[in-house]
Amino acid sequence: MSIEELSVDPGLAAPARKSPLRKLLKDPQAIITSVLLLVIIVLGLLTPWITPHDPNEAQLNAINAAPGTPGYPLGADQNGRDIASRLLHSINTSMISALIGASVALIIGVTFGLLGGYFGRRLRSATEWVFSLIMTFPGLLLLIVLMPVTKGDYRATMLIFGVLLSPGIYRIVRNLVVGVKNELYVDAARVSGLSNLRILGRHVLFVVRGPIIIAAAFLAGSAISLQSGLAFLGVGSNLVPSFGAMIADGFTNLYLDPTQFIWPSILLGTLTASLVLLGNSLRDAFEGVKLKPSKLAEPTLKSESAVVGDVEAAELLSVKDLVIAYPTPSGQLKEVVKGVSFSLHAGETLGLVGESGSGKTQTAFSILGVLPSEAVIVQGSIKLEGRELLGLREQDLRALRGREISYIPQEPMSNLDPSYTIGAQLVEGIRASARMSGADARARVLALLERVGIQDPQRTFDSYPHQISGGMAQRVLIAGAVASRPKLLIADEPTTALDVTVQAEILDLLRELQAELHMAVLLVTHNFGVVADICDRIAVMQNGQIVESGSALELFREPKHPYTQLLLGSILDEHTVRTDPPVPVAAATGEKN
Amino acid sequence: MISYALRRLGAGIVLALLVTMITFFLLSGSLESVARERLGSAATPESIKALMTQLGFDRPAIVQYLDWLGAVLTGDFGTSLFTSQPVAPAVASRLGVTLSLVVTALIITVIVSVALGVWAASRGGVADKVSQALSLVGYIVPGLLIAIVLVAVLAVNLKLLPATGFTHFAQNPAKWAASITIPVIVLVIGGVASMAAQVRGSMIDELRKDYVRTLRTRGIPTRSIVLRHALRNAASPALTVLSLEFIQMLGGALIIENVFALPGYGQYAFNASLQGDIPIIMGITLFGVMLVVAVNLITDVVNGWLNPKARIY
Amino acid sequence: MSTPLLDVTDLRVAFTGRGFRPKAVEVLHGVSLSIGEGETLGIVGESGSGKTTIGRAVLGLVKPSGGRIRFQGADITHASPRDRRTLSKSIQVVFQDPYTSLNPSLTIGDTLSEPLVVQGATAGDARARVQMLLDQVGLPRDAGERLPREFSGGQRQRVAIARALAPKPKLIVCDEPVSALDLSTQARVMDLFIDIQRQTGVAYLFVSHDLAVVRHISHRVSVVYKGDIVETGPADLVTSTPEHPYTQRLLLAAPIADPVEQEKRRAERHRLAELHREQNVQAGVA
Repeated sequence: MSIEELSVDPGLAAPARKSPLRKLLKDPQAIITSVLLLVIIVLGLLTPWITPHDPNEAQLNAINAAPGTPGYPLGADQNGRDIASRLLHSINTSMISALIGASVALIIGVTFGLLGGYFGRRLRSATEWVFSLIMTFPGLLLLIVLMPVTKGDYRATMLIFGVLLSPGIYRIVRNLVVGVKNELYVDAARVSGLSNLRILGRHVLFVVRGPIIIAAAFLAGSAISLQSGLAFLGVGSNLVPSFGAMIADGFTNLYLDPTQFIWPSILLGTLTASLVLLGNSLRDAFEGVKLKPSKLAEPTLKSESAVVGDVEAAELLSVKDLVIAYPTPSGQLKEVVKGVSFSLHAGETLGLVGESGSGKTQTAFSILGVLPSEAVIVQGSIKLEGRELLGLREQDLRALRGREISYIPQEPMSNLDPSYTIGAQLVEGIRASARMSGADARARVLALLERVGIQDPQRTFDSYPHQISGGMAQRVLIAGAVASRPKLLIADEPTTALDVTVQAEILDLLRELQAELHMAVLLVTHNFGVVADICDRIAVMQNGQIVESGSALELFREPKHPYTQLLLGSILDEHTVRTDPPVPVAAATGEKN
Repeated sequence: MISYALRRLGAGIVLALLVTMITFFLLSGSLESVARERLGSAATPESIKALMTQLGFDRPAIVQYLDWLGAVLTGDFGTSLFTSQPVAPAVASRLGVTLSLVVTALIITVIVSVALGVWAASRGGVADKVSQALSLVGYIVPGLLIAIVLVAVLAVNLKLLPATGFTHFAQNPAKWAASITIPVIVLVIGGVASMAAQVRGSMIDELRKDYVRTLRTRGIPTRSIVLRHALRNAASPALTVLSLEFIQMLGGALIIENVFALPGYGQYAFNASLQGDIPIIMGITLFGVMLVVAVNLITDVVNGWLNPKARIY
Repeated sequence: MSTPLLDVTDLRVAFTGRGFRPKAVEVLHGVSLSIGEGETLGIVGESGSGKTTIGRAVLGLVKPSGGRIRFQGADITHASPRDRRTLSKSIQVVFQDPYTSLNPSLTIGDTLSEPLVVQGATAGDARARVQMLLDQVGLPRDAGERLPREFSGGQRQRVAIARALAPKPKLIVCDEPVSALDLSTQARVMDLFIDIQRQTGVAYLFVSHDLAVVRHISHRVSVVYKGDIVETGPADLVTSTPEHPYTQRLLLAAPIADPVEQEKRRAERHRLAELHREQNVQAGVA
């Protein structure tokens, strides 16, 4: 077993996901709605054999017959037509509407979505234009306006309605296809010599399959709703039995006999509700876990007694026996940080080094109190100048953040709010941590921007994040972090996203600022070069534990723990170069060409 | 920005031309039945033919369309085939009724949806479940049924509100409010269902983004992070849904106006279509498209204001 | 051996921008390089330098706007889709991101056998070849029936290498193939690349931003800066005593994993930067 199996990302080690079908079979909502739909459909199909009357057969002696009248189990309407027969026939009308509306929308939307998404930009902008044209038109108005053309035939209406619904499907399919097309595995398939048709059929259609099935359920629901709405208005032939027409009839008779109104309403409601709920179940099954809100609040502390720290000496930061866990789907807690302890003196730089999944970032976030709300701190203690941070409320933490402790993130671009200028964001941060007038804050920010090496501070102040480079954005974030002269700066892979020449400049800047402000720095990184450049001490993390720590020089020259030795041994040194000459294929394999 | 707006306006004009043209050509297939309808029981093959000549229906469709277009450009929308009423003022006044209904519903939809969506996304737990259940109800139950139940309960049984009819705002604001309350509630329930889900979804996306964490580490209050930062970024996708929602509500108003006997453009369109009153149909179509174009333009401008990246144009 | 395996002369690539009247932005301004059989040419450069575009142009994934690409003497600059399909037997690719370069819904076996079947292999032959490939990249024998998500980043990159090896290609374009991997995994995957080259004699066009990685695997190295190759030469010369100022800057900016050595390098970098600034000042005065 190699090291890569040992350091697998926890998410990857999760058991293989179940197939969508098996998930559906375990979802009571999916089973109930499918059974309901199935019963309704079967009733509709059996209608010609089980109904006692023709839906339009009017009997004068049966007008407004009460439910239970012989031959009229649910009674008869004001024209003496059998309500049960009409209900069953209406099912078929609804089903045909759903079938026409949904299949027209799907055929048009999927075909053009695949073509527009996969092939060149010109075809895409053409289809795009046509579909946004269809999309922007008030569909129902067009259906009504075109009544003289459709002659009110609900099938023709549904055909048009299908066309009007197609842009939604087109968008879904096109977006998926464009997404898939940019996936490297499609590039790889092209390089492997697969034809466009095969790629579309095998790689692309596979991805859109789920969303299409989901959309079909919703489309069927809206087609049925629309058809009944139009029938309610009296559009179309009154010889076609339909829920809408029955509801309209029942409405006029609401006080005489409410059941005339209630039966079609219940059936219509059940039908559309089942389709929508089934659609929701399908979505859960195909698209996996539902989007869950994450609260912006302090992390959960397992219990008050979990705080185990004792009084420490004059250290700036001391972390003791910290255990962080996340709930798994089975409800158990999985620990990602397993009893980490370290401390940091004022003005010192500690490198927290480890590979992905080692828990180094989780540790850093716990000090800032910005762990995701699902996280549970099982036990431990984090003290800043002797004050316990675990268990503090959000507003107390907020008073510390941005003043005593501050943070530099990994990815400079995504850590700036795209909607506000650089200046506005920095001013807001400064004013949140210190009472200051707007003009003072502005002057302060301009001075800071100049300090972090930005050539034209005023221009950067007025820029939006997308108008500046990544290196410049990282300087801006550093300016924001040191604005309040924090005692502790937590930098999470601050140079990983940057080019190596920019990285060198940013590290120089951090070093200068640290000396100037006498900050302690906790540097989280996987890069030993960065550590060697800037850190006084190093702690090496593996699988949620610190396996070795010591002074930088000591650790680099005499690593004791096998994992540290393995990591240092993996570094590509400065001197090894290829010495073996190129060997052509024939010589290498002994084949003759 | 101005050139961008002009280009969008140009696209809108093309849209209006295309839609009116398609509508006209589709309608041109049923001209004879329109003539028969107008003559009523007195229709004979000869009289129908005479009327068609008199109305110009016997000319090629393209000529008739260009004729109509030319007249529209000079401000003449024609008169009703059946009542000889001029089309433009009639459509405009009907549109006023519909807009007062739809715009009121839209404003309430936005307020309710943003409140629900933000509440659900930033609190999670029970708040999230409640808001999702509420929006699911709006999806599941057809608007038609909601409308009928509300009329039965609020108007007929409790007699709190009028069941049908309309009072203009200028005549009596209180009565106006009462006359549109139930229709607005019906439109809002349908609108909130999709809007609140959209706001919730994009708020959840935003609140998970890196910049939110960084703002927290700067000591910025949660309320400011949620309302000033996340909501503003979440507003852009929600706005697109909102403009589609408006178009949907215009459609929904058609059914609602007929249920509640409101003299809006939906009801007017419905009656005109039943009769085949072509000048009115065309007028309504054109006004409808222009409305849609205007809404899309406003959406784009607001979007540009919200989202600095969209301003490059 | 007289004609090189791959010969690129004066390659230009321009992308059309977005918007109403898109302007073409040239990202490669005439790049020339050649690779011999069984050789590794390392391409090193920073983000936006155009290094990835060179590889994509060779693969036919972007269309060159000028210049010529020859493979085994034949011009493939504007090869037709049919020619490309034949070429795919000879030119293959390994991408950077091991998470998106495998279709998540296909088993490893399907991913590996698909190109073989397309090229005309029978199902049985393809299966046997897949087993051999899995052995060759050091994956367990049962890996074929599993899905990509069951594997770690390093293992997926092994699958990607196996896929590239499947048609026994002459050239593999490697686009940052180890950049997304952890340190210890990275070293193992690099060793695998070198082993395979020794066994099969395949040539690599090896693109990376990391000078150390390129030094480790390449026979020769080209340095790309803003769409131009500024320096080409044997790996040890280019990566230890570079001539071009940009390569010098690149070399000195890469931190050494040793505090003492790094302090020296930092001082050297500051000295060089100071020197350049003085030169600029003097040039400005004069």
